[in-house]
Amino acid sequence: MLAAENIDVELSGRSVLRSVSCRLKNGEITAVLGANGAGKTTLLRALNGTISVSNGEINFDGRLLKDMSRREIARRIAVVAQENETKFPVTVFEYVLSGRFVRGGPFGWETADDNAAANTALADCNLADYSARMMNELSGGERQRVVLARALAAETDVLLLDEPTANLDLAHQALMFTLVRKRCRERGMTAAVITHDLNLASEFADKVLLLRDGSIYADGTPQKILTSENIFPVFGMNVLLDENPASGKVRVTTVF
Amino acid sequence: MPRVFLGACVGASLAVAGAGLQALLRNPLAEPYLLGVSNGAALGTMLGFVVLGQYAFVRPIFAFAGAGLASAVVFQMAKSRSGMNVERLILSGVIVTTFLSSIIVLFTTLLDAARLRSFTFWLLGDLSQATYQGFYITLIASIVGTAAIASQARALNLMMIGERDAADFGVEVSRVRLIVFAAASGLVGTAVAASGSVGYVGLIVPHLLRLSIGSDNRLIVPLSAIAGAIFVVLADTVARTAISPRELPVGAITALIGAPMFIYLLRKS
Repeated sequence: MLAAENIDVELSGRSVLRSVSCRLKNGEITAVLGANGAGKTTLLRALNGTISVSNGEINFDGRLLKDMSRREIARRIAVVAQENETKFPVTVFEYVLSGRFVRGGPFGWETADDNAAANTALADCNLADYSARMMNELSGGERQRVVLARALAAETDVLLLDEPTANLDLAHQALMFTLVRKRCRERGMTAAVITHDLNLASEFADKVLLLRDGSIYADGTPQKILTSENIFPVFGMNVLLDENPASGKVRVTTVF
Repeated sequence: MPRVFLGACVGASLAVAGAGLQALLRNPLAEPYLLGVSNGAALGTMLGFVVLGQYAFVRPIFAFAGAGLASAVVFQMAKSRSGMNVERLILSGVIVTTFLSSIIVLFTTLLDAARLRSFTFWLLGDLSQATYQGFYITLIASIVGTAAIASQARALNLMMIGERDAADFGVEVSRVRLIVFAAASGLVGTAVAASGSVGYVGLIVPHLLRLSIGSDNRLIVPLSAIAGAIFVVLADTVARTAISPRELPVGAITALIGAPMFIYLLRKS
């Protein structure tokens, strides 16, 4: 379990997170929701230790995150961030293999295990035929899937995803969440997903974390949290709520 | 004979330094000569020559310090809140290079006519004054520096995609940066102290290699050493024979090939 206890984060003197607590449990998907600038990405960065907290602490299976080295953390937590463009000719396969960095020695070459993990991740993301393609020749959505494949190839206990569906078409949004959920159920992986799609969160998340202005506004099951009383103060929009006839989950419709 | 050996070591050093800096800065246009690193080393060498001229071994040390200092200044200038972009980096390099050049010119006014000619040649990149001592120092530096950068090759594969991504996946970014900068400064410093500023080797060689074998730095770094050595030895052969019995500085030949290539790469990026 990855748990933050009353963490504060300041970035260049500005308070971005204030007294945030959350628990990411094994096997669960937590959706992190909130308006732009609410501190969602900062929370994810704090949870993998790439941004340091000024107060409070983060516990990872009984150890303090700040006592763990970069390599130790990377062996157990992978991140799907918004993709960086690279100016170098890198193939999809090389990119996905780079997710296995901490598994080998600094001089080492990838093992058969590394190649197998990369191939499985590529196949899971519908990218089996893309291995030899160049990253800079792909569309935004295809690259986004490669970034997910890299994180899956790392085979970590925790996966933190920062708007993984932003560039994806309908089918691949569903594929992305289905894949993450499958890994959570089958391997006990823990996932936190930042998304702006309340319906995806309702459909796939076990827990929802609603952030407003750097603080937790509400947290709990999607059923409990996705209410118009919570959504209006956080997003400033009126919504209609009903039941999705196909899944029985809460369905959110924005009122313009 | 020391001339061929020295040329090979200088070529290896410059090509590896270029390959390392390019991956580190996520920029295929990074090159020691264009980033002011070579001129920093040149100024350091001259300072060493003026201050402690009787000891030849201080020159590479001063050159190393000059290279390190110049690269630190350029990278500080190029850094902005949003990170480092290509234009800013190149511009910072050009500014530092011209500034250092003017100081070097000021220094040369202190020299008499005969030394001035040999210095001017040296500044443009010149292997004709090769000695065995210079060769040994450059050989050791090129082996140590190449090994240091090659040891970080796997981390550089991630760094060239993105620094934050690299950190996410377990790369200790500041350590890698320090090792590669120090190694590149050492490689460039000793190469410049021995043979002046032979430009564009660090640009041409890694680029051609990437075109043929891809971007994996575990291959690019060691192969850059080999290809860089061959390239400079060939360029020097041309420099010696093209207008025989007179000689051209080898730096003129490499720049003649490198400058158009740089423009091509800049337009493409």
